[in-house]
Amino acid sequence: MIGDWLDIGWLDEIPPRGSRTIQVAGGDDVAVFRTGDNRVFALADRCPHKHGRLSQGIVHGNAVACPLHNWRIALATGEAQGADKGCTPVVPVRVSGGRVLICRASTLKAAA
Amino acid sequence: MDFHEYQSPDPADTIEPDAARAHLVVIGNGMAGCRAVEELLARDAGRHRVTIFGAEPHVNYNRIMLSPVLAGEKSFDEIVINDHDWYADNQIDLIAGDPIVAIDRTAKTVTSKAGRTVVYDKLLIATGSDPFIIPVPGHDLPGVISFRDMSDVDAMLAAAAQGGDAVVIGGGLLGLEAAHGLTLRGMKVTVLHLMPTLMERQLDEAAGWLLKQALEARGQAILTGADTAEIYGGGKVEGVRLKDGRDIPASLVVMAVGIRPSVALARASGLAVGRGIHVDDHMVTSDPDVLAVGECVEHDGQVYGLVAPLWDMCRALADGLVEKHTGYRGSVASTKLKVAGLNVFSAGDFSGGEACEDIVLRDAARGIYKRVVLREDRVVGAVLYGDTADGGWYFDLLKRQEDVADIRDVLIYGQVFASGGRRADPKAAVAALSADAEICGCNGVSKGQVVACIEAGNATLDAVRATCKASASCGSCTGMVESLLAVTLGDDYAGERATKTICGCTSFGHDDVRREIVAQGLRSIPEVMQKLHWTTPDGCSSCRPALNYYLLCAWPGEYEDDQQSRFVNERLHANIQKDGTYSVVPRMWGGITSPKELRAIADVVEKYNAPMVKVTGGQRLDIFGIRKEDLPAVWADLNAAGMVSGHAYGKALRTVKTCVGSEWCRFGTQDSTGLGVKLERMSWGSWMPHKFKIAVSGCPRNCAEATIKDFGVVCVESGYELHVGGNGGMKVRATDLLCKVATEQEAMEYCAAFIQLYREEARYLERTAPWTERVGLDAIKTRIVDDAEGRAALAERFLFSQRFSQDDPWADRAAGHDRNHHAPMARFTPQKEMA
Repeated sequence: MIGDWLDIGWLDEIPPRGSRTIQVAGGDDVAVFRTGDNRVFALADRCPHKHGRLSQGIVHGNAVACPLHNWRIALATGEAQGADKGCTPVVPVRVSGGRVLICRASTLKAAA
Repeated sequence: MDFHEYQSPDPADTIEPDAARAHLVVIGNGMAGCRAVEELLARDAGRHRVTIFGAEPHVNYNRIMLSPVLAGEKSFDEIVINDHDWYADNQIDLIAGDPIVAIDRTAKTVTSKAGRTVVYDKLLIATGSDPFIIPVPGHDLPGVISFRDMSDVDAMLAAAAQGGDAVVIGGGLLGLEAAHGLTLRGMKVTVLHLMPTLMERQLDEAAGWLLKQALEARGQAILTGADTAEIYGGGKVEGVRLKDGRDIPASLVVMAVGIRPSVALARASGLAVGRGIHVDDHMVTSDPDVLAVGECVEHDGQVYGLVAPLWDMCRALADGLVEKHTGYRGSVASTKLKVAGLNVFSAGDFSGGEACEDIVLRDAARGIYKRVVLREDRVVGAVLYGDTADGGWYFDLLKRQEDVADIRDVLIYGQVFASGGRRADPKAAVAALSADAEICGCNGVSKGQVVACIEAGNATLDAVRATCKASASCGSCTGMVESLLAVTLGDDYAGERATKTICGCTSFGHDDVRREIVAQGLRSIPEVMQKLHWTTPDGCSSCRPALNYYLLCAWPGEYEDDQQSRFVNERLHANIQKDGTYSVVPRMWGGITSPKELRAIADVVEKYNAPMVKVTGGQRLDIFGIRKEDLPAVWADLNAAGMVSGHAYGKALRTVKTCVGSEWCRFGTQDSTGLGVKLERMSWGSWMPHKFKIAVSGCPRNCAEATIKDFGVVCVESGYELHVGGNGGMKVRATDLLCKVATEQEAMEYCAAFIQLYREEARYLERTAPWTERVGLDAIKTRIVDDAEGRAALAERFLFSQRFSQDDPWADRAAGHDRNHHAPMARFTPQKEMA
């Protein structure tokens, strides 16, 4: 249904093994990641540890390393990897015709 | 050309409906349309009377075989799927060379360009795809073509007959095939690809890189990250200009950037259309009498640009038409491509995700890369390069969702090995080898020689490497040598070697990697990972920044920095703070500032509401609380006052701290501020294994604290004492005295040489203090003090590399480069207030 997905732009606007942010008025940013093999994920831009901006981390494989304390967060689940425990809200994403769409309801929830 | 134009009936002919049979009209005489008709005929040949309209003046041919026609490997006749007899035998009316231009769903008629109007009972739309043409200036010049049908091939062949230069825009499957064909036809071909790696939709970075290497070796020029600005020429194409200013002359431009479902006709007729024509599981559109199949459809949110899904779609469509509904459930894509003898295969989801595991095999000597992705012991994706023999097997495992837990250890070696009963542990496999089986291909060492070496008392991997050279070169047989150690020594084998690896992605240590980068001339991160057998597809946050630095250090001026392998501070040229804002430190040479600089800093603090300004330990001013989006504007303001980046964020030369020295101080012996400024001018902008701090004190009272710096100068009456290897921080270490020199000139040269030795030989993230302790002060003195020639060479290498690193990164960003690093991709304002 129209309105469930937010069209945020072209896939090519996100660098491979990189990330861009979506500013949500009145809330935290959402980070949109693109892996080396062109999968796209979105998470609240907030590490479960000390709220580091995950969008600024190094993307490798299917994880991102938080820039503050190098926690490794799985992009698909938002779960901290290894010995660290914690979880970041996930925002469903899909790519359609080269456009990146993120789930509106989850975006509002993640940003709140 | 050796193909036949099909003579269609005259447009004035009327086509009478056959009342006994339903009339199926097919728009599209391509692979999908004809395959659908074939499937239908196989089920119930008498059920429909069939009319097929084709835009091209040919019988049905195999579009994916156009590449071999272009390459001269096949003739048109050889790629025909259904010849005239097929149409005649099945009483199919073919109207070729006359495209349908309108559908009237109320009257149930279609009208062709030549004016034929035909009534249908069932309509099948199989219009396929249209090539996507980038609307750059000059895209409509004569000589700019796409690569979609036989007329495009004819145009390319005509151009190739004249020789000259061709540009192919698009490094995907189609573009590379066009490039290959044109190369074989004698043209000099340049491929322009917007993305960093070739075929990025089908291949991961490692395989894409291998493909690029191999194609370049075959004479094609491949430019990745190439963004076309315009195609130019007077009356006909003469070349392509890129956005970065590069200019590539060409008499032919092939645009192969992608395809789009051809939906204009369906949309105009009011059918439901998204990216493709919407169809249900039986390929029925929003109108129950109109069906659609192939690349023009969108099923369950997916559109397909490959041939394999067609077969399933056509089966479901025919089952539905004869009312024995089975339904189409979507397809898992696989791509198998052979260009210039290079085999490439990809299938499924090769990027993994939650709970996914990668199994990677790299065989650098044979140019092989294999990657299988597992989730819960099932194959979910595969990328193969070089050896694709097992592509079908992996694809089969993937489609059947077979549990591969039992063969997981040997899965990557392929079907023969995995099912050959040799699946015992690797030790048993090595034990079973004959004595003259080759273990190390690089150095030609047999199993017998390795065992003899071990039995002679070499009980560790390093000892074996040092003695018989097995696994001492590329390292790919390390596992086998370790297995032989375990088999030969039994319980006496001490196990894993002591060398600490860079990270879990590799079995090589830092020094090994640096040595191999230079020895093998490795020039990019994917190349290092391939040649040194990385076990992960794109490394991790530990190895990537290290490799990026090592390459930058090894190939100054040549290596292109990989921003995505940089820690955020070095990517944004500022220091991230815990609240996500940044702090900004402009450079103040030697710690000296001026009213103009101070005013500019004060203005920035007020203009951007920076909550704090702090004097740092390195004699700089640090502006806190700057938002990522504001950084370029802040830098522009600081640049305007003549200030550049202070690199307070980098594994780089940070600061040169000075005291006022002989110019002001009654104890000063030399011009310490002057020397400090000179040292900073010489060394700023250089990347290092870790941060690097310098200080110059004007007398032994050492007010600049030079003896806890990486390089410290303490001035004395008779000259300059040079100190190295100190740092403050968690574990304070005072410097060691390197030597004393008489002149500023010498102090500068020793400093440059020491920095370069550290840059070339320390491990990434190793500061000079632990490095000095590890290698010993004597080793450093031998190189810097005792060896004048070596010192001069080191200093020269440093100054050479500085030629490429002293551009202010701030000025670049302030001018608008890499704007993406700073600006959000989108802003979203919800209509209702957030909870």
